[in-house]
Amino acid sequence: MSETLQTKVLTANLDVENLHEIEVYEAQGGYRSARKAALELAPEEVVEVLEASGLRGRGGAGFSMGKKASFIPKGTMDKYLCCNADESEPGTFKDRLLMQRNPHLLVEGCIIGAIAAGANRAFIFIRGEYSLQADILDAAVEQAYAKGYLGKSAFGSGTQVELVVHRGEGAYICGEESALLDALEGKRGNPRLKPPFPANQGLYQGPTLINNVETLCNTPIIIEKGADWYRQYGVGNSTGTKMVSVSGNVQRPGNYEIELGITAREIVYGLAGGPLPGREIKCWFPGGSSAPVLLPEALDLPYTFESMAEAGSMLGSGAIIVVDDSIPIVSVALRLAGFYRHESCGKCVPCREGTNWTVKMLERIDRGEATPMDIEIVAGVQENIIGNCLCVLGDSMAMPIGSMIKHFRPEFEAHIEAARERADRAAAVGEFSAVELAASAHAGPGVG
Amino acid sequence: MSAHVTGNGRTDRRLKPLGWDEAVDLEKPPASIPEISETEVPAELRARIEALMARYPDRRSAALPALDAAQRVHGWCSPEAIGQVAAVMRVTPAYLSSVATFYDMLRTEPVGSRYVYVCTSVACCLRDARTVHDAIADEAERQGLEDCDIREFECLGACDMAPMASVDGRYVGPLEAADAEEIVAALKENREVLPGRSLSDRGYALPWAGDGHEGEPA
Repeated sequence: MSETLQTKVLTANLDVENLHEIEVYEAQGGYRSARKAALELAPEEVVEVLEASGLRGRGGAGFSMGKKASFIPKGTMDKYLCCNADESEPGTFKDRLLMQRNPHLLVEGCIIGAIAAGANRAFIFIRGEYSLQADILDAAVEQAYAKGYLGKSAFGSGTQVELVVHRGEGAYICGEESALLDALEGKRGNPRLKPPFPANQGLYQGPTLINNVETLCNTPIIIEKGADWYRQYGVGNSTGTKMVSVSGNVQRPGNYEIELGITAREIVYGLAGGPLPGREIKCWFPGGSSAPVLLPEALDLPYTFESMAEAGSMLGSGAIIVVDDSIPIVSVALRLAGFYRHESCGKCVPCREGTNWTVKMLERIDRGEATPMDIEIVAGVQENIIGNCLCVLGDSMAMPIGSMIKHFRPEFEAHIEAARERADRAAAVGEFSAVELAASAHAGPGVG
Repeated sequence: MSAHVTGNGRTDRRLKPLGWDEAVDLEKPPASIPEISETEVPAELRARIEALMARYPDRRSAALPALDAAQRVHGWCSPEAIGQVAAVMRVTPAYLSSVATFYDMLRTEPVGSRYVYVCTSVACCLRDARTVHDAIADEAERQGLEDCDIREFECLGACDMAPMASVDGRYVGPLEAADAEEIVAALKENREVLPGRSLSDRGYALPWAGDGHEGEPA
């Protein structure tokens, strides 16, 4: 294992002192790409370079960024760019690092994105919890305005690019692009029916390009160094580098920038130090909590969009959560379902009711009030959520829960049996309630 | 709220959203947009909301930041706070209530003007976050900490610092149950909570950064 496991493109100059100051950023070559895009390139040329680079969205869906930009209709109507900085997928914290340490890279990426989409107004929708990063971005935007890089005539090109940092107020669903638009319009963050897609009718009913922070941060580098240079990183249709957030039961949780295509084992063991001594990996989420879990064997697969999909999961936001063998799988499932129940916006019945009943049934399993048949019912509920809602929040619970039942059915059955025996004993003793005893039996470092 | 704890047999303090069981007064006529001339709005808040509205093509986009600004003045989104925002923004109080009740960071009950959000989402719970939350909650009770909302919160986007908490927006971590006493004492005495251990602090690094291991957290 060596330092070469990391490939620092986005994070190359992250350690430069005061990089958040515009002078320091420019001394590093900053804003050259945005200036070039504003003064020398036609919007179509910007889109062409981005498409040729093969850059895929880094927020979760992995859709080609250039292609997405090319869907924005031409014409004189008001168009918008929204940067999705709502990063709330459990396990994901890569955008936080980029915004905190290199805010001007994102501002420059927003200018390039706006030019590509032909948008005069851009918004960064940042989650309200990230108040430190939002303050840093606000200061960076102000500096860019003072220099004339943003405003009525960006870089003196005559093209207007306005940029506003908009803070959310705490709702996971606002990371879903159409819910984000509603939140930005000052409403409850409910997802919209699609089509029409945001590219045609998004913010204020205008064509809107929505991209993740990491995606936009890649654009200045691609414009400067060219699509071919960018394509040298990665394999196949997974080009470039990727910020990977590793968390959970590893020795060195943190953000690591890797070239797409190295194995997941190299990330989890080589970079993040592997599980604590004496522990084994039980399962891992390859792309945030919404990704179906994989078993340790899958760690030898290359970490790419394609290979994670082939393995039955997804690369998602690039957040690897590692679960070790000290954690009962039922408690992981329960905590996960609890998250989605809390975050469901309530608009679609399968998600609102499905997440709620999944939690209730898992609680019954945990308390010893279930029978093995209940596992089937839980699995059946998941199948009835998938594909039946306006957005994928419900699916995001159903897929990982389904995968846990698939991979760990014997453990679910053993958990039910053990919990029932405990409950029966408690009833026989009569001193404690069954619930209390069942709960106290696995107090300790379990997931709640 | 991410209801229910099974790991340690303690039920969550907020199984249902606050105000969930309160009956609606059907006799009350729906409130119209309050007249700005008849509503007392602190001058600073009014100027702030007007500046926010000017940032967007549609003034209603300012709803979230405007409610946040009012919350900072009033401690929570009280009927009075919502009335003031409604008067300045020219929208109905009901519209703003519908927004305020949707978002976790907007408080629709007077639960405290300061907050400690302890992240108890999946990645933090794998590192024993529930114990940290319970320790802080117990300690707050023991020391009699007032005007502070201590609650479990869903993923705060800092799983590298797990277990962690956001104290009035200041991310601190990694935490242990033993830190609870100092956190609560600092809040009580209005001191900075755990100086040097926050993401906002200059030179903050994770304890395992640069420990000689080949990989470096970026």
